[in-house]
Amino acid sequence: MERYYQPEIECASREQILSWQNERLVKQVRNVWDHVPYYRKKMEEKGVSPDDIKGVEDLHKLPFLTKDDLREAYPYGLLAKPLGDCVRIQSTSGTTGKRVVAFYTQHDLDLWEDCCARAIMAAGGTNEDVCHVCYGYGLFTGGPGLNGGSHRVGCLTLPMSSGNTERQLQFMVDLGSTILCCTPSYAAYLAESAIEHGVRDKLKLKAGIFGAEAWSEEMRQDIQNKLGIKAYDIYGLTEISGPGVSFECSEQTGMHINEDHFIAEIIDPNTGDVLPDGTKGELVFTSITKEAFPLLRYRTRDICVLTREKCSCGRTHVKMSKPMGRSDDMLIIKGVNVFPSQIETVLMEQGYPANYQIIVDRVNHSDTLEVQVEMTPERFSDNLGKITEMEKELVAALKAMLGIYAKVTLVAPKSITRSEGKAVRVIDKRKI
Amino acid sequence: MTVNQISVFLENRTGQLADITAVLSENQIDLRAISMAETASYGVLRLIVDDPQKASAVLLEKGFIITMTPVEAVLVPDRPGGLSELLAAVSKADIGLEYMYSVIDRESSNAFMILKTGDNAKLAETLEKNGFRTV
Repeated sequence: MERYYQPEIECASREQILSWQNERLVKQVRNVWDHVPYYRKKMEEKGVSPDDIKGVEDLHKLPFLTKDDLREAYPYGLLAKPLGDCVRIQSTSGTTGKRVVAFYTQHDLDLWEDCCARAIMAAGGTNEDVCHVCYGYGLFTGGPGLNGGSHRVGCLTLPMSSGNTERQLQFMVDLGSTILCCTPSYAAYLAESAIEHGVRDKLKLKAGIFGAEAWSEEMRQDIQNKLGIKAYDIYGLTEISGPGVSFECSEQTGMHINEDHFIAEIIDPNTGDVLPDGTKGELVFTSITKEAFPLLRYRTRDICVLTREKCSCGRTHVKMSKPMGRSDDMLIIKGVNVFPSQIETVLMEQGYPANYQIIVDRVNHSDTLEVQVEMTPERFSDNLGKITEMEKELVAALKAMLGIYAKVTLVAPKSITRSEGKAVRVIDKRKI
Repeated sequence: MTVNQISVFLENRTGQLADITAVLSENQIDLRAISMAETASYGVLRLIVDDPQKASAVLLEKGFIITMTPVEAVLVPDRPGGLSELLAAVSKADIGLEYMYSVIDRESSNAFMILKTGDNAKLAETLEKNGFRTV
């Protein structure tokens, strides 16, 4: 039986959804115009005023926002509420040294958690469930988002955070976790560990909500078989709120976007033109209900397809496919957003040559990141300890910037291929 | 005697060592001693050659990263406990060893130790005082 958290919204008629969107968009554009000078300037430059936006059909007239805008406006430039009204900050990586910070009022947290609650109930969650959240907690939105959603559904919530696999398994067994929330690669790892430790049959898991990184249908089947659960995808981004911007239902054929809060468009990443439903392009979101950080036409850089075919689950909100790629060079490694430019920034700061290579792979369902950097005559020493120290410093600086471990490999000078024109900086060996 | 040792950066890649010895061989450079220090991902190759200036020039030309390090070459008394006596003298003078490696001289069949310390002058003085022959 399909369960809904807010059936009157999730299964509302298309007319109703459009009417909400029209009304909220007009209000939101006016609000942003009045309170966010940064965006108002962009609108003025494009010759658009709030009067030009009468409904969703006028959305295409508004200027886009990108991660570069977030960096330029860092930290408060896109805030639409006084700080006194804000209660939370979450953060994700920026393209270089500066991180993206997103602000939330209590209202914004409420709507975010509602979205996550919808995802949990779509995965069959009820107040009888034990919801085991091993997304990271902290600035990363994964843990806090699902944690809040789980509370709203009334699940018994286990705020495990990531890591310490043995403890995760022990709690799963001892406390009878029924819903698992984490990255798909960690789910696959947990599944294998459970089998290894001989506790697979003691698990009571029935569903998993897995997101924050790309995963294939094969990986879904693998996790489902190994854990004996149904595995649901969830999508989101800090800039728009966090996980739960869209989520999968029992049909498992795409993620319903919470259209009462976020208007989705697909554009041509090169021209910026809006593309019709069913066409592959870059996903763009407009937040129509958020108070503190209401981004209009934010370019996600995720490439996907929107479909509005009737869904057997009864939900009427548009579905997006799994992201099929990126229109920029962002990598998602262990669920963490990594830009090659961040790595370059660290190398420059540490005085390494700009010639480097990033190698990403997936070993035993877990992502690995290696940075190859060339040794220079100035840095070379007969003392092996000094070189090792240098390597450690670089590993630490990369960890501080990226938030994840990167293996550093020092290679001989000129051994990294110099290509004509744009250098090939990233080799992604993952088969997803 | 203090000799100039050449240290070469070694990437962890098949053929790196062969590439270096090929360069030396092409240039008729004679290897007197060779030692390698490595971690899991890279290494440092240490060489004593007959013509350090020429060797370093040709290696640099081929794009290798090198550095010259002064080290002491000491004759080790050919009897049981010979090395122990040598090291005892170094230790007594409170000189810290960074590394050492051995080499056999083919003409004399004598064993030499290559010693690297932070203070070569003090080492040379200590060895001389204790009657060790440096070469």
